[in-house]
Amino acid sequence: MNISRRKALAFGGAALTVTLVPVSFAQAASEEVMKAAVDAFTGGAAIAEGGIELTTPEIAENGNTVPVAISAPGAKRVILLASGNPNPGVADFAFGALAAGNGSTRIRLAGTQDVVAIAEMADGSFAQVAKAVKVTIGGCGG
Amino acid sequence: MGKPRVKVPKSAGAGDTITIKTLMKHKMESGQRKDKDGNKIPRKIINFFSATFNGEEVMSVNLHGAVSTNPFIQFDMTVPTTGDLAFKWVDDDGTVTETSKTIKVS
Repeated sequence: MNISRRKALAFGGAALTVTLVPVSFAQAASEEVMKAAVDAFTGGAAIAEGGIELTTPEIAENGNTVPVAISAPGAKRVILLASGNPNPGVADFAFGALAAGNGSTRIRLAGTQDVVAIAEMADGSFAQVAKAVKVTIGGCGG
Repeated sequence: MGKPRVKVPKSAGAGDTITIKTLMKHKMESGQRKDKDGNKIPRKIINFFSATFNGEEVMSVNLHGAVSTNPFIQFDMTVPTTGDLAFKWVDDDGTVTETSKTIKVS
């Protein structure tokens, strides 16, 4: 049997793709899951930019504890989503009349990704902000 | 669940904005990790936190598996009068941990 170098490379490449795809699929939430999480919060309403601030480090050395802060004065609710995690939901904040509309916590990020915060304002409108965070070591175990 | 740590100013002026810091000792097992035999470790996290001032909810948070071990939550609030700020954490297994601090308005 005579296998050319070209054929061998093509076969190897195909096998590599097949084994890699399911792994990456299990790691990060698909775009549909992310969209479903957003729609569950907004009910499909239009989302504006601005009116909400999200503070994240540009580079997080350890994905297990990434400090994040949200600030949306006058917001009723704010959700925090991690687009590249197996489950996009991170934390849902609800604010009463005495709250200043801000909060900070520490979160886990599976890898480099966009962190998204969406606020529901007192008048029922929605505002969104997204920040890219580079993660050196992922924080979802394995 | 472990013992919660909260940092609340003892006194404030009426209408002042104060910063509250809370830290709860908890493993926050995300449900994503596997043990050495490859079985998924079941999720066990604190799924709810709330802060209530004199019976009025100031803020609450629904936490998911992506919140780090020993969940830290910080927020700002306005103090209208002297009163008690009560904190509550709820575990996946139903355990509720509560603590409360008094803020004096001078």
